Amino acid sequence: MSLENGKQLMLGNKAVARGLYEAGVCFISSYPGTPSTEVTEEAAKYDEIYCEWAPNEKVAMESAFGASLAGRRAFCAQKHVGLNVAADPLYTMSYTGVNAGLVIVVADDAGMHSSQNEQDSRHHAIAAKVPMLEPSDSKEALEFTKLAYELSEKYDTPVLLKMCTRVAHSQSIVETGERNVPDKPYEKNIAKYVMMPGNAKKRHPIVEQRTKDLISYAENCPLNRVEMGDTKIGIITCSTSYQYVKEVFGDSVSVLKLGMTNPLPENLIKDFASKVDQLFVVEELDPIIENHVKSLGVKVTGKELLPIVDEFSQTLIANAFGKETATSYSLTEEIPNRPPVMCAGCPHRGLFYTLKKNNCTVLGDIGCYTLGAVPPLGAIEMTLCMGASIGALHGFNKVRGSESEHKTVAVIGDSTFMHSGMTGLANVAYNQSNSTIVIVDNSITGMTGHQQNPTTGYNIKGDPAGKIDLEALCKAMGFERVRVVDPYNLEECEKVLKEELAADAPSVIISRRPCALLKYVKHNPPLNVNKDKCIGCKSCMRIGCPAISMKDGKATIDATLCVGCNVCSQLCPKKAFE
Amino acid sequence: METKNIMIVGVGGQGSLLASKLLGHLLLSEGYDVKVSEVHGMSQRGGSVVTYVRYGDKVYSPVIDKGEADYIVSFEALEAARWLPFLKKDGQIVTNTQQIDPMPVITGAAQYPEKLVDKLKATGAKVDALDCLSLAEQAGSAKAVNIVLLGRLSHYFDLPEDAWMKSLEANVPSKFLEMNKKAFELGKNYSEN
Repeated sequence: MSLENGKQLMLGNKAVARGLYEAGVCFISSYPGTPSTEVTEEAAKYDEIYCEWAPNEKVAMESAFGASLAGRRAFCAQKHVGLNVAADPLYTMSYTGVNAGLVIVVADDAGMHSSQNEQDSRHHAIAAKVPMLEPSDSKEALEFTKLAYELSEKYDTPVLLKMCTRVAHSQSIVETGERNVPDKPYEKNIAKYVMMPGNAKKRHPIVEQRTKDLISYAENCPLNRVEMGDTKIGIITCSTSYQYVKEVFGDSVSVLKLGMTNPLPENLIKDFASKVDQLFVVEELDPIIENHVKSLGVKVTGKELLPIVDEFSQTLIANAFGKETATSYSLTEEIPNRPPVMCAGCPHRGLFYTLKKNNCTVLGDIGCYTLGAVPPLGAIEMTLCMGASIGALHGFNKVRGSESEHKTVAVIGDSTFMHSGMTGLANVAYNQSNSTIVIVDNSITGMTGHQQNPTTGYNIKGDPAGKIDLEALCKAMGFERVRVVDPYNLEECEKVLKEELAADAPSVIISRRPCALLKYVKHNPPLNVNKDKCIGCKSCMRIGCPAISMKDGKATIDATLCVGCNVCSQLCPKKAFE
Repeated sequence: METKNIMIVGVGGQGSLLASKLLGHLLLSEGYDVKVSEVHGMSQRGGSVVTYVRYGDKVYSPVIDKGEADYIVSFEALEAARWLPFLKKDGQIVTNTQQIDPMPVITGAAQYPEKLVDKLKATGAKVDALDCLSLAEQAGSAKAVNIVLLGRLSHYFDLPEDAWMKSLEANVPSKFLEMNKKAFELGKNYSEN
């Protein structure tokens, strides 16, 4: 939305995308992950930028590196755990440096709104020895993105731009500018770009010198700013924590706001510390700034006062500093939780019901189907990281043998399988564990909001693209037993599951049906419960469908939610669903 | 002007996004600094969702904390109750009376509290409850629940009707504009009698 004066209210991630456009970025490759996904989705709306979804973050980052090497500004984005996957290229790209500018978004999720851990990505910036910028709102997200490209080219380094959920998914006011596309020729430079030991040894001192140069830059750069107020209290802060500090204190304390959190300045901090009576660091998650300040011999209070877990808020900071906080109203009534659930008509439901009914031990993976761990299905017993289900199943079966082989399965989605399940499958085929892997193929990357992937046949813009045939792939990897089932058909699902668990050979079951929320999926008319037939046995309640509930001892269907998948009617002993 | 806080709460999939988009447009047009904070990802799957809208001369934090909301606009009664502790003293709740059972209630592990709106009122909070679904259907579409709620919210705002209409025009497809205008009016002029 835009006003006549050019001011716009813009999502943080969209502001990064706008910054990419204005910085003249030509190539973007990413793997989706909340809260980073919209950066790439929004950038794909600019015809001038080539955008793609890569199978995983490592491939995305390597592709972006290639584009930078070729002389065009390039970009990739991922969530915090995605950067673990891409850490391998990142750490050595620090040595090679770049040709055209290369900027990498990593989006942290303090509070774990949609993640499996709460890691602090600043550790990666320190370990890889690359600069990291941290915007605190949409305006900075746009400005810092453009500045990151200048720094990348000036200091010959990839630059990390760290977002967090509250910056990525908040809208605030930005002002936009024009696009300007720089172009650098590609020049062969073996000593710089071929990282074999002899060359890498010569690059490492260059990296160390670059860090020193960047520290000098940090001492006096527009990214780091001092806002002097009353000098009794001085607060060093960054990212969204800055906004909370200002919300609580306004201009009544002195603030050193760090927009670049790696490398950190030294003299700027010492100078600021010398001007205030008491120094504090307010930073979410790990005490990275705090430890740096302490390493300078400066007395500071940080994690003694503020938690190391979860995200912050203005109230949390006000409480920590002994300020009064608001009162409100309270109910004595217990309010039932409303956890996320599989949607009505979700194809995963029938599969998880079958796995539970057959007392399977299910090692799960990352996606909507992780909700298979939630009651009443409660079928999943392990979820770790992208692709881990298959590797874990292999190890589990190797040590437990036939005791587990005939009841334990890995469940992994189509996109997650493409991301990092294929290598696990190669290991099962190669080292021969009698494992049963279920690929839940809903023909889309679901949880992050419907992104295409290599199995869907479409690219990021929805145009036809290459399509990987899962059956042929599994067979080519050496799996002789590859079965395809429709998870809406419970009888078929159970029959195939039993056969594959019983078999003394590794097998893949592809549970295939598109996500019920996809626009092209045609729904059946909603079902009705015949109240005369329903005996209130609650058999249909075992699948945890949000469209079914019990009213006056009888099952009832919410017609606005039901998509007529018929899974419930297969459970009804009285055929009451019509 | 001190920063004002509006929370929009509901159940994932109910369409609170349009409501926050429209409010953001309106408040920006009126010359305020504005921040809107949303929830994406896992919690959207039928879970409890919240959007924060903050406006004033200068807005810092993107989130609203306990006891800070001037208005809570709720798409569902249980969600109004869940977020009650976020209401400022003398703040206003505008809630749809619709009841959507959460999974623990569906499975029988928990009970949906009875007479929830009365209990909310008994806490001393100012509660304006209306059956937005019926009013939306009366306007022509069950999907217009969000616009009915905004119409009701506008009743408490000192902003010209014209500004609301301009934001409506800018954010809904023209073929649904008349229906949405009707939904807005039905919400705005609703009275309990």
